[in-house]
Amino acid sequence: MSESYDEIMQLLCDRLSSMTNSSVQVTADTNLISQLSIDSIKLLNLIMEIEDTFDVSIPINALADVQTVRQLADLVQKIKSAS
Amino acid sequence: MNLLEKLDAAAAARKAMLPDGVGAFGIPIEEVYSATEARIGDRRVILLGTNNYLGLTFSPECIRAAHEAIDKEGTGTTGSRMANGSYFGHRALEREFADFYQCQSAIVFTTGYQANLGTISGLVGPGDTVLIDGDSHASIYDGCILSGADIIRFKHNDPADMEKRLRRLGSRIETTLIIAEGIYSMLGDQAPLAEIVRIKNEYGGILLLDEAHSLGVLGETGQGLVEKVGLLREVDFITGTFSKSLCSIGGFCVSNHPQLDQLRYVSHPYIFTASPSPATIASTRAALELLRKGSHLRKQLWDNCTQLYARMQETGYQLGPDPGPVIAAILDTPQQALLMWKSLLEHNIYVNLILPPAAPEGKSLVRCSVNAAHTPEQIKYVGDTFAKLYSTIIS
Repeated sequence: MSESYDEIMQLLCDRLSSMTNSSVQVTADTNLISQLSIDSIKLLNLIMEIEDTFDVSIPINALADVQTVRQLADLVQKIKSAS
Repeated sequence: MNLLEKLDAAAAARKAMLPDGVGAFGIPIEEVYSATEARIGDRRVILLGTNNYLGLTFSPECIRAAHEAIDKEGTGTTGSRMANGSYFGHRALEREFADFYQCQSAIVFTTGYQANLGTISGLVGPGDTVLIDGDSHASIYDGCILSGADIIRFKHNDPADMEKRLRRLGSRIETTLIIAEGIYSMLGDQAPLAEIVRIKNEYGGILLLDEAHSLGVLGETGQGLVEKVGLLREVDFITGTFSKSLCSIGGFCVSNHPQLDQLRYVSHPYIFTASPSPATIASTRAALELLRKGSHLRKQLWDNCTQLYARMQETGYQLGPDPGPVIAAILDTPQQALLMWKSLLEHNIYVNLILPPAAPEGKSLVRCSVNAAHTPEQIKYVGDTFAKLYSTIIS
């Protein structure tokens, strides 16, 4: 994986850890809903933050298939590469 | 987990959040006495949780018009606007809305929800983009999802954030629909329309403004926020509902773009549903006439709003930023909000309880909707009761 992918993954793990304040260790395979209990509003606000960090536009309807941190990182990477 | 077990899990989560709060939602109203009073259980309550902003639900003109329409045209059209459901009244109401907004054309939908669903999904599609305020109503979100367009949110009522996200779209701005609301239903705050229009004019895009809560409330003739700030000509599409100031049910879209008419042929929420009943259309036409001439009603409404907002603010409640017909007390926890809601009901006042995630930023709200028919005595009693409860529940 490229360095930028690692950066994306690290940012997501850091942000999700601080957002959820839970004892769960956030990794690439952590499930956003079943393990972190991230509600839809928090996820949408996180997306806005990611958009600003990487200067990309992430449509919220693209989140329909996202369940894990890795899938979210993949989505960000895909959009970042295309922009 | 099967489909039914998922619903059981959702119900359990809801009950766990508020074990005693289930009754707050969908509360049975046994009898309605007037625009401001009804019976809930054995209590005669002040209605402070309806969207009846001009207090017209019992206006003799609207009731008479509805009666006459039923006598002449029956109880329902039993068909789509596309087929047999466009009577004289439906077309007349469209002409009257176009005239009211000095626009080329108007479309009437069966509900306000469908007005947004049908307009948005008719205007944009896959490959297009919608740029929406983060606190948009569910009908806007659902319309965007139905359209298949890419949905980008900007921070609520933050023009700088909107500008940043619009600029980021680059060449895609050409196929971008920007959406805001005249008054937001949760906190009652108004969109910074002048800034939004400036940004749209600088970068491009098409602007849709939902005047659901501001129709009849803002502007000299009640057009809404567009009239209050003098920007009617700068907004491409205006949607709204009949179920608030117009006291029936239905919705509309008006525009000066001749392409609006094409929505009749592509918009599923317009086509694949029965049209509004003749009585609904007739009472809405009567209400629109009263709304246009209703500067005295708006004055009464605003007298009531400013009085209650000031009283609650003086008491110490945290409120939405703008005084208006929607006055939301922001509380720390769902439990506190539920206790406040129940206590108000025990004092014969009905308001709306709004819990996360329906309220913005995880807040819990006790939301009041003031109307023009509330008497000064009712407003004073409500203000006094909120003051009394503040000391026992908040401080």
